[in-house]
Amino acid sequence: MNPGIDLEQRFVETLVELGLTPGVAKTIWLPIPMLLMIIGATVGVLVSVWLERKISAAAQQRIGPEYIGPLGILAPVADGIKLVFKEDVVPANTDPLLFTLGPIMVVIPVFFSYLIVPFGQNILITDLGIGIFFWIALSSIAPIGLLMAGYSSNNKYSLLGGLRAAAQSISYEIPLALAVLAVVMMSNSLSTIDIVNQQSGYGILGWNVIRQPIGFLLFWIAALAECERMPFDLPEAEEELVAGYQTEYAGMKFALFYLGSYVNLVLSSILVAVLYFGGWDLPIPATMIADWINVDPNNAIFELVTAGLGLVMTLLKAYFFLFLAILLRWTVPRVRIDQLLDFGWKFLLPVGLVNLLITAGLKLALPFAFGG
Amino acid sequence: MNLAEGVQLVTLIILSVMMIGAALGVVLFENIVYSAFTLGAVFISIAGLYILLNADFVSAAQILIYVGAVNVLILFAIMLVNKREAFKPLPRRWIRKVSTAFVALALFTLLATMVLQTNWAVDLSLSPPASSVETIGIHFFTDYLLPFELASILLLMALVGAVVLARRETIIGEETAIVGEEPAPVLELPERPKEPIA
Repeated sequence: MNPGIDLEQRFVETLVELGLTPGVAKTIWLPIPMLLMIIGATVGVLVSVWLERKISAAAQQRIGPEYIGPLGILAPVADGIKLVFKEDVVPANTDPLLFTLGPIMVVIPVFFSYLIVPFGQNILITDLGIGIFFWIALSSIAPIGLLMAGYSSNNKYSLLGGLRAAAQSISYEIPLALAVLAVVMMSNSLSTIDIVNQQSGYGILGWNVIRQPIGFLLFWIAALAECERMPFDLPEAEEELVAGYQTEYAGMKFALFYLGSYVNLVLSSILVAVLYFGGWDLPIPATMIADWINVDPNNAIFELVTAGLGLVMTLLKAYFFLFLAILLRWTVPRVRIDQLLDFGWKFLLPVGLVNLLITAGLKLALPFAFGG
Repeated sequence: MNLAEGVQLVTLIILSVMMIGAALGVVLFENIVYSAFTLGAVFISIAGLYILLNADFVSAAQILIYVGAVNVLILFAIMLVNKREAFKPLPRRWIRKVSTAFVALALFTLLATMVLQTNWAVDLSLSPPASSVETIGIHFFTDYLLPFELASILLLMALVGAVVLARRETIIGEETAIVGEEPAPVLELPERPKEPIA
């Protein structure tokens, strides 16, 4: 495996050449990837809000936003600015402290999870040993924020929405974790980098989706439920609960919920790409391309190009799944709450366990294909 | 002291203050929902302390299990019941208070003696294991196999118990009710009454 480009090392070396000590150079480097990732995540949200509006419009044979910027591309920015300048209404008899803390508790874990999202061999904030488990653990904090928001709003719809959100989140976390566990078992590591490396080398044939088709479906369904996307958007089902736990929120606090849900959706899409579709891996192995055009695979320019292509590949794959999620929103009707919980506990959970068992068996029987 | 050590020290202080403050909140808040939320803060600070001790897997498991499952379930139960009632003053309440204070004081003395008597000098030359997950796994399946298996049996028992408590049995094949001339459609199955738990 080639090491790829190491941005940190180059950055530190450049600063040291400019006359700084290595310690200071490293300290200057530390916040840069985090800032970049937060900006990247926020821009990703703006893009996905625009896509949501445009694709929804296309699904209903409308045009969608058109005049705010070219093709209406500035519509989400206008939305955001509007929400920032709105009055921050706190209704009477609410619990002001919990009312404010709720949206914060929902948003922070989602942004934290971007720590482990890889865009290339060295293009991620940190390669934690617990990698993907970190994301699963963090995503279990969000229901507390939802419960907080629902409870403090002093509104029955909000409380019901919060309770539904927590129940749904707990139920679908288990099949999600089981699907991830099968992948982890195949790659012998929790680290997202190792998971992608285990899939690379054979191009599209090596991706996990071929070896884990059931796991992929499980993961995708559970991820949609965790993001409260359409077939599973019960916590805010507008026909039943007005807007669920968001009912009483306005202005920036509402914007935080909105932001959190889209950041979570983009994150889940990226993780589907990383876990099942080879992450930054190209459909045709990079070494093969190097062979065809007679370039040394360790050539600096070729490495730069493949790293850039990898970044683009990750985003392309992620946005393909975002597109699927938006299409699903306009094709699948919403399930009922009892159907939702039945589906999670009585169907997805047993299927997840069987999938894990089969993966373990195949790993013993065919160690060359299932990571011995 | 370099940057890393300074950050560690400051983090330790912040986490400890947060943990003690939140733990006091759990005990002292009148509103039980506040107590439950501060309990979540206690769990999160403990997870932070685990990270400072290089136990990354334990800390993630702490967040997943205690914050994500236990605390959410506690909140869930409180909010579903949502019953407010004033405590009735009990006769001879002081007996309870004195005995609670005695037990708490005894526990505190025990822990304090343990803290004072243990030799905390750690061999700093030892480096943490490269992968804490692997180390934990190896221990689970070698020298801690028996506790591990016993814990699994305990969890299985809890699972079966929960299913037994929550199961509703319906009577199938009973006569349909007859209203007027036509038999009325049965809209729901009659439920078998639960046996009283002896």
